[in-house]
Amino acid sequence: MLTKRIIPCLDIKDGRTVKGTNFVNLRDAGDPVELGAIYAREGADELVFLDITATVDERKTLIELVRNVAHTVNIPFTVGGGISSIADVSALLNAGADKISINSSAVRNPDLVDELAQEFGSQCIVVAIDTRFVDGEHIVHTHGGRRPTELRTIVWAKEIENRGAGEILLTSMDTDGTKAGFALELTAQISGAATIPVIASGGAGSMDHFVDVFTTGKADAGLAASIFHFKEIEIPALKRYLSHQGIPMRTTR
Amino acid sequence: MKTVIIKYNAGNVQSVMYALERIGAPYLLTDDEAEIRSADKVIFPGVGEASTAMAYLRQRGLDKVIPSLKQPVLGTCVGMQLLCRYSEEGDTTCMGVFDVDVRRFPATPGLKVPHTGWNNLTTMQGPLTEGLTENPYVYFVHSYCADVCPETSAVCDYVRPFSAMLQKDNFFAAQFHAEISGNVGQRILENFLKIDKRV
Repeated sequence: MLTKRIIPCLDIKDGRTVKGTNFVNLRDAGDPVELGAIYAREGADELVFLDITATVDERKTLIELVRNVAHTVNIPFTVGGGISSIADVSALLNAGADKISINSSAVRNPDLVDELAQEFGSQCIVVAIDTRFVDGEHIVHTHGGRRPTELRTIVWAKEIENRGAGEILLTSMDTDGTKAGFALELTAQISGAATIPVIASGGAGSMDHFVDVFTTGKADAGLAASIFHFKEIEIPALKRYLSHQGIPMRTTR
Repeated sequence: MKTVIIKYNAGNVQSVMYALERIGAPYLLTDDEAEIRSADKVIFPGVGEASTAMAYLRQRGLDKVIPSLKQPVLGTCVGMQLLCRYSEEGDTTCMGVFDVDVRRFPATPGLKVPHTGWNNLTTMQGPLTEGLTENPYVYFVHSYCADVCPETSAVCDYVRPFSAMLQKDNFFAAQFHAEISGNVGQRILENFLKIDKRV
């Protein structure tokens, strides 16, 4: 049976993880490669590396990081942040990334989704959507959720699917950082409308929040950052719990 | 031992190369016929679209070379599909090593296509899955799949049961990405590299 996926997200700046972590056994808590390898060993189903600065100068650092991750980690991983061209994607895939994620650049230039899907195949093109509830509507935001667009989230989700995206990474800016749970209604709405998988992000604070996002929220994958980094929730325990709740989970031994 | 990865236009071959490096197996990435024929093991990867990939193989005569190989050959993902008889993707006549067709998953409410993520193998047979625990999980990303047939060596179920692995003589194939399927995938690759049968 196809399992639901648990995905830790690592924020990267200058090739280092930004947020602190509680991994005392890490030789270097800021080393994304080592942290990624630990998550993979613990049973994470995929990893997402988000380059939160991603200026041109920092690209080389990122490529080097991707190469090291690919060399070390034996599960799929996605790289996002500042990607806006075929050349960017080509460089990351050639360095060993399994998928790439685009966000603001897709809003700015929707044809980019078509071009990337055609060039590299839909399976490696994730479109990230940052969304916020404004005046009774879910509206797509860019630039880390700071800048509103004219796009309704559901309309944009269908558009990127039609343009060839392989997956949607849906982050609710309303729940992000609250630890009060995922945006269930919105996630269910988008996942129900989409024929491609939806990764839910923003708001995870407890194991039950993951149960909710996979049942009520109909998500295909759940993504979180700090709760994993700070060991508030450990992945093996989370997957055991979800499994006991009847959610299909990959077990590793 | 000489392991060759066939170089062609349907590749994110990078992750296959890294997986072999993790195992400590030296490899050569090439589309040269003499190099391919002299290899002890041949890996035929693939990510991409079937008709484009077949056109490329035909242009270089690799569509004749690959089916005639005598050493163990492992096709993965689109590589596996191209070893089948026919693919609905781009209405493509494939190499016909395996006597089965590749069809798109039918649209089914609540089941997303591509089939993306970790799913388990059942009814496993043959050397590649030796030593694995029951119903192990491997990573899939695909919209097309081969039906279950007499050459099926592992089954996966999504929308309907399909061939997760195929085996015939010296030809082995996996629909999933062994190279990023954790320790299970690594074991499958190691098992393949241990096969010493030539036909």
